[in-house]
Amino acid sequence: MTHPPSITPTPVSIVHPAHEARGFWRTYVFTIDHKTIAKQYLFLGICMASVGSYLAYVMRWQLAFPDESIPGFGFVGPETYNALITNHGTIMVFFVAMPILLGAFGNFLIPLMIGARDMAFPRLNMLSFWILAVAALVILTSFFVPAGGASAGWTGYAPLSARAEYTGVHWGINLWLLAHALEFVSFLVGGVNFLTTVITMRAPGMTFFRLPLVIWQLLTASIIFLLSVGPLIAAAVMLLMDRILNTSFFVPEGGGDPLLWEHLFWFFGHPEVYVVLLPGLGAVMEVLAVFSRKPIFGYRWIIYSTIAIGFLSFIVWAHHMFVNGINPRLVMPFSITTILISVPMSLIIFSMILTLWKGSIRLATPMLWALGFMVMFILGGLTGIVLGSAPANIQLHGTYFVVAHFHTVLLSVVIFGGFTGLYFWFPKMFGRMMNESLGKLHFLLTLIFFNLTFFPMHAVGLAGMPRRIANPLQYESLTAVQPLNVYITMSAVGLIVAQLPFLINFFWSIAAGRKAESNPWQAATLEWSAPSPPPHDNWGDTIPTVYRGPYEYSLPDVREDYIPQDRVHPSRSTWKAE
Amino acid sequence: MTIASEQSSPAFRGKIAMWWLIASEVMVFGGALGSYILARTSGQGWSEEAAHLSTPLATINTFVLLTSSMTMAMAFSAYQHADQRGVKKFLLLTILFGLVFLGIKGSEYASHIMQGTAPWSGSFWAFYYLLTGLHALHVMAGVIVNFILYLSARRGLSTGYRIEIAGLYWHFVDIVWIFLFPLLYLSY
Repeated sequence: MTHPPSITPTPVSIVHPAHEARGFWRTYVFTIDHKTIAKQYLFLGICMASVGSYLAYVMRWQLAFPDESIPGFGFVGPETYNALITNHGTIMVFFVAMPILLGAFGNFLIPLMIGARDMAFPRLNMLSFWILAVAALVILTSFFVPAGGASAGWTGYAPLSARAEYTGVHWGINLWLLAHALEFVSFLVGGVNFLTTVITMRAPGMTFFRLPLVIWQLLTASIIFLLSVGPLIAAAVMLLMDRILNTSFFVPEGGGDPLLWEHLFWFFGHPEVYVVLLPGLGAVMEVLAVFSRKPIFGYRWIIYSTIAIGFLSFIVWAHHMFVNGINPRLVMPFSITTILISVPMSLIIFSMILTLWKGSIRLATPMLWALGFMVMFILGGLTGIVLGSAPANIQLHGTYFVVAHFHTVLLSVVIFGGFTGLYFWFPKMFGRMMNESLGKLHFLLTLIFFNLTFFPMHAVGLAGMPRRIANPLQYESLTAVQPLNVYITMSAVGLIVAQLPFLINFFWSIAAGRKAESNPWQAATLEWSAPSPPPHDNWGDTIPTVYRGPYEYSLPDVREDYIPQDRVHPSRSTWKAE
Repeated sequence: MTIASEQSSPAFRGKIAMWWLIASEVMVFGGALGSYILARTSGQGWSEEAAHLSTPLATINTFVLLTSSMTMAMAFSAYQHADQRGVKKFLLLTILFGLVFLGIKGSEYASHIMQGTAPWSGSFWAFYYLLTGLHALHVMAGVIVNFILYLSARRGLSTGYRIEIAGLYWHFVDIVWIFLFPLLYLSY
């Protein structure tokens, strides 16, 4: 557009230095610094993770020893159990996985990796976080209203969720919907901010094909979220109208269609899996390149595959509904698209394996987590193909096998991908190193208990145990698998206890860890060119200029085995700043 | 093309952000409208219900909203000519047309409820209130945004580039109505 010559908009360089630290509240609470906001997301995610884990513990204990008083909780009836599964799912997906993988990583990495001083809209960024914080408060308070928390499942299937008398929960589900609405607004605004930042704020020389893969994946995740959440926002309004205004969008006796909710929910719900997956995958990519001292294998093909995954994720949603009464002619196409998505996914996995091939692998803690991610993600992905094919799906739908698949695949992303990123970028975030021995202990315990917890779930599911039952002993056929249920519960407790070394390590290192240098892992991407932790405007007076791609490792003609993106190298400079 | 953080203007960022916001809004209304179309094609008795709506009032409203889009564009054009009086005048007109639209919509709602057709009176009415209600909320948001722009235009035009960004949003809200009008009022 053309501006009248007399009124040119204020250049950004003049606006930016304004956000220096100004007292406690402006520095740590209502901050507009993307790095502090990222830490806020991280702490919120860790707090909510402990709530979600506590709910998981209560549920598992109830399944192992039904209708006994649970240590640390008390007696769980079927109604309470329904509230537990609903909120466990909602909290873990929307208030743990998204804040940590998208909120914390996105906010911290995007400006630092593209060479910007902050996000495109710093104040909007602060708003996104605080809307999410309010949403988290709303979902936590929903437990304490009369009749307790939401209990219609984390998918909120209608008509169960559409009338208060069906569940006996009135305000619980309304607040649950409100928390969702706020969460969506928060990440919608955040996603717009991410996209605008990457599109408009890249440093000189930082072309799209010089962006680190994690940025591409955060970008794709933001787009997927932006475009998939709309129909669910509409559906949430409709569900709220059903509950409050007594309309019948999803209630059959009033002429509504319960399947409509399922379509609108899963149109968002499936892409959401990829929203969570892609940032975790990106963190693993960065770590693989740095700790194998090799360029990522097939950089561009990984980007194309990421885009293909993003596209395909929009046309697979009905595989959640094969037994729910959809037109049988839809089953085959959705089965095909579901299995098709494993093609770009496998391409990425093979690129990861080939990145390791003949690399000089350094087995530091982040690398262990990245390798753990690869193994667990492949295992979880295999059962995804089983569930994606309609004949097997119809057999296994609604059993614990689905729970096993979902947790293996998504927790490999959230736990293994999340910790990969956290251990890797911790020095940059807090300016101190984490303890390696505690980190390795944490990895080992988590890997063992993760498998002891979720692998037997497959067997329990194949033996026919349904998900969402409060008492397996009610069913004659399930008495045979009850010992396995006890075993899973004990392993789950072990998995939760295995996070203690991390918590100790995390808080101890923030306070008293060894001081980190600016580039402790010898990584080439741009964030390591800033001091650890980076100051308010990330690079002081200058903005780095980018001369090359993000993964220049093990080059034969350089003295060190890598060249940072912003370093001029006489024989290898391919781009010059004007 | 290289765009450095120091180079990209707030106007450029605002426009990029607005287009992404509009993309997500398209999906919100797309979800609601798609649900309506699917429900209507698989159900019966919707046309008789739709016949209760007032086509003349909605036609007037369509003209009002289209005219407001024109005045919004004229406000931006005035900004490009650094014409502060014009900016204020056309923003005020846009706000006025938005309020007229909301007024007519409100009187429609009132007469429906007098006749006993509320959101819970059947599937058509549920969707009618959902779609027009969501749209009316967006009109209200646009009016508020335009009012903020009007207030800042009284102080000067230094942040007048925002008129173009708000204009994108306002035209989008207008286009949503272009879909709602035939699907609700002209389909009995």
